[in-house]
Amino acid sequence: MDNNTINIPTMAELAAKDEQPEILFWVGCAGSFDDRYKRVTLAFVKILNAAKISFAVLGPEESCTGDPAKRAGNEFLFQMQAVQNIETLNAYNVKKIVTACPHCFNIIKNEYPALGGNYKVLHHSTYLQELIDQGKIKIQDGGEFKGKKITFHDSCYLGRANDIYEAPRKVLESLDADLVEMKNCKKNGLCCGAGGAQMFKDAEKGNKEINIKRTEEALATGAKVVASACPFCMTMMSDGVKNKEREQDVKVLDLAELVAIGNKL
Amino acid sequence: MEIFISIFQQLCFAALLTASGVLIGKRVKAISRNIKLGKAENRSGNGPERLKKMLLLAFGQKKMFDRPFVGLMHFTIYIGFVLINIEVLEILLDGITGQHRLFSPLLGDFYPVLIGFFELLALGVVVACIVFLVRRKSGLVPRFQKPEMRGWPSLDANIILIWEILLMGALYTMNGTDAVLQTRAESSEYIASHYPQTGPFLISGLLVPLFENLSTGLLIGLERFAWWIHIAGILAFAVYITYSKHLHIALAFPNTYFSDLKPKGQLENMESVTKEVKIMLGMENGTENPEQVDEEVATFGAKDVTDLSWKNIMDAYSCTECGRCTSVCPANITGKKLSPRKIMMDVRDRAEELGKYKDEHGAEAHDGKGVYVDYTSKEELMACTTCNACVEACPIHINPLDIILQQRRYIAMEESDTPASWNAMFSNIENNQAPWAFPATDRFKWAEELKQQKS
Repeated sequence: MDNNTINIPTMAELAAKDEQPEILFWVGCAGSFDDRYKRVTLAFVKILNAAKISFAVLGPEESCTGDPAKRAGNEFLFQMQAVQNIETLNAYNVKKIVTACPHCFNIIKNEYPALGGNYKVLHHSTYLQELIDQGKIKIQDGGEFKGKKITFHDSCYLGRANDIYEAPRKVLESLDADLVEMKNCKKNGLCCGAGGAQMFKDAEKGNKEINIKRTEEALATGAKVVASACPFCMTMMSDGVKNKEREQDVKVLDLAELVAIGNKL
Repeated sequence: MEIFISIFQQLCFAALLTASGVLIGKRVKAISRNIKLGKAENRSGNGPERLKKMLLLAFGQKKMFDRPFVGLMHFTIYIGFVLINIEVLEILLDGITGQHRLFSPLLGDFYPVLIGFFELLALGVVVACIVFLVRRKSGLVPRFQKPEMRGWPSLDANIILIWEILLMGALYTMNGTDAVLQTRAESSEYIASHYPQTGPFLISGLLVPLFENLSTGLLIGLERFAWWIHIAGILAFAVYITYSKHLHIALAFPNTYFSDLKPKGQLENMESVTKEVKIMLGMENGTENPEQVDEEVATFGAKDVTDLSWKNIMDAYSCTECGRCTSVCPANITGKKLSPRKIMMDVRDRAEELGKYKDEHGAEAHDGKGVYVDYTSKEELMACTTCNACVEACPIHINPLDIILQQRRYIAMEESDTPASWNAMFSNIENNQAPWAFPATDRFKWAEELKQQKS
C-alpha cells in the first residue's frame, strides 16, 4: 500500500461527481481543531486510506453536534445545531456515520433520530474492530506494541452510555498487547472528569481533580500506554500524566493511533 | 373467663389490624398523589422486557450482588422477610379467629420443620442486621457518613435494623415459651387446647432452659406478650415504612418495571423546544397548528417536582439511601458537594412537603418553593459529569442523572444562570459551530496540514 497518498474527499466533492461514499467520517470539533486530537483524525484517515475504504468527510460543512450545549442544559442551542446538521446529512443522503468521538457518536445515534436524523452510527472502536475482523487491516507481527502493557480507559459515553466495552479491547488484543485493567473498569469505569460539558468550565470546589484520580488508577497498572477512545478523555488523561510528571515514560494514545503505529502507517 | 380473654384479644387484634390498614391506606393515597404531582410520561409497552427486568432486579436482586458480601446479607434479610411472612399469615389468622397455630394440625409433622426453617432464616436476619448496624456505626463505609445522612436518615436506618432484630427476638421468645407450655398440657384444659403439640423447634428450642423453670402463668404471659409484640411490631413496621426510606421493599418492584429501556446515554429531546427551533429556522411557520398557540407555555427544565416526571418522583420514593450511587460518583469521591443520593432525597422530601401543603391549602395551591434551589443547590448540579456511574450503580434502576439534567435545563433556559465559561462555550457554538473559539473557516484545515506533512 502506498502510504504517501492521502485522500480526504468531502461529501460536496463526491456529490459533484455523483458519487456516494460508503461511510461518512464525522470528524468532530476536537478532531478538527484540537492539536492533539487532530493527530487521531490523521491516524484514522491513514487507516481508512490504507484499508481502501470509500469514505468522505463533511469538511467545512460539519458543525458541532450540540452535545456540550445539551449536557449543560441549553436544549435550544442543541436542537438548533442538531436540526441544521440533520439537514446537511439528509441532503447528502448519508446512511452510515463513523466518528472518533463518543459524544458525537452518542448524540447522533440516540438523540438525532427523534429530530429526523436516522443513520447507522458507529464509534471508531467498533469500526476498527470490524476492519480487523474482516482482515482489511492486518497488524504485522503484532507491531511494536507486542507484549507491551496497555491499559484501556473506558469513555463513559461509549461504555455505560452505550454498552460498548469489548470492541476497543478487541482492537488492543489485535496488537498482541498485554491488556491490563484498572481497578475500576468497564461498567465501573471512572469518568475522566470532562463529560457533561465539564470540559468547558472549571471544576467545582473539591479535594482533588477527577482526572488526577483516574490517572493514578491508570499509572497503578504499570502500563506504559494508556489507550483512550475519546477526545476529552485524551485531554484529561494526558494532563493527568503530565501532572504526575510521567509524560516521558507513559503515553496516552488513541485506538486509531495505536492501530496506525502498529501498522506502520 | 378464658373465653372472654380470648374474645377480648380477638377484638383488640381486629382493631389493631383495622387501624394499621387505615393508616397504610392513607399513606398509600398520599404517596401516589405525590408521585402524580410529576408530569405524565409514557413508560408502558415492552411488557415482557419490563417484567424480565423486574424479576431480575427486584425479585432476584441481581445488582445487589455486584457487591457479593453485602448482596448475600441483604438477600438473607429479603428472603427472611418474604418467607417468614408465611408464618405471619398464620399469626394473622390466629389473631382473627382466636386460634393458636392454625397451620399445625394441617401440616402435621411438616409444621415443626417449617417453623425450624423460619427460625433459621430469622437467625440469618439477626446476623445480617447486626452486620449492617456495625457497618453503619463503625465508620468503615464512608458513604454512610456523608453529610446528607446526618440526623433523621441515619436514625431511620438504625430504627429499621433494630426493629427487625427485636421482631426476631419476639419470634424466638414466642416459640420458646410455647415449646415449654406444650410440655404442660396436663396443667389445664386451656393449655392443652391452646398450645397443641408440634414437636421441638430448631432454634427457640435452645431457649427452653431459660423458660422451663418459670410458672405456667408467667409463661402464658410471656408467650402472649411476645406474640403481641411480634404482630403489633410487624403492623407498626408496615405503617412506619410508608414514612421511611425503607419503602423500597414495595416500590422496588414497580420502579424496576417502569425503568428506562433506552441506552443510558440517551437524553430525551424536549418537544416544546423542537417546535420553536423549527420556527426559528423557518422550517415551520408556527401557525400550522393554531389550536396549539394558546397552550400554556410550560417551564423549560425542572424547578420543582411538578416539572419532573412521575417516574422521577417514584424513583425518589423508591430510594433506600444505600448510597452506592454516591460512592461511585466521580464528583463526590473527589470532594465535590454533589451526591446523587442527596438528589433523590431532595426530590422525595420536596414532594412530601408540597403534598402536605396541598393537603392544607388545596390541590391547586403552590408554596412557591422548588427542589431547585430550596433543596438542591446550583453548585451540586454543576458538578455532574453525566458519566452515568450513579445510574449504573443503583440496584433498582433509579436515575439521578435525569433529574440533574432537567434542573440544569431550568438554570440554562429559564434563569440564564449557567457559569460564564459555559456561556462562552454556547456563543462559540452559535458563532463558530464549535465549542472553542476557532473560526469556522478553519474547520477543514487539518486536511491541508496532513497533505502538507506528506508532501
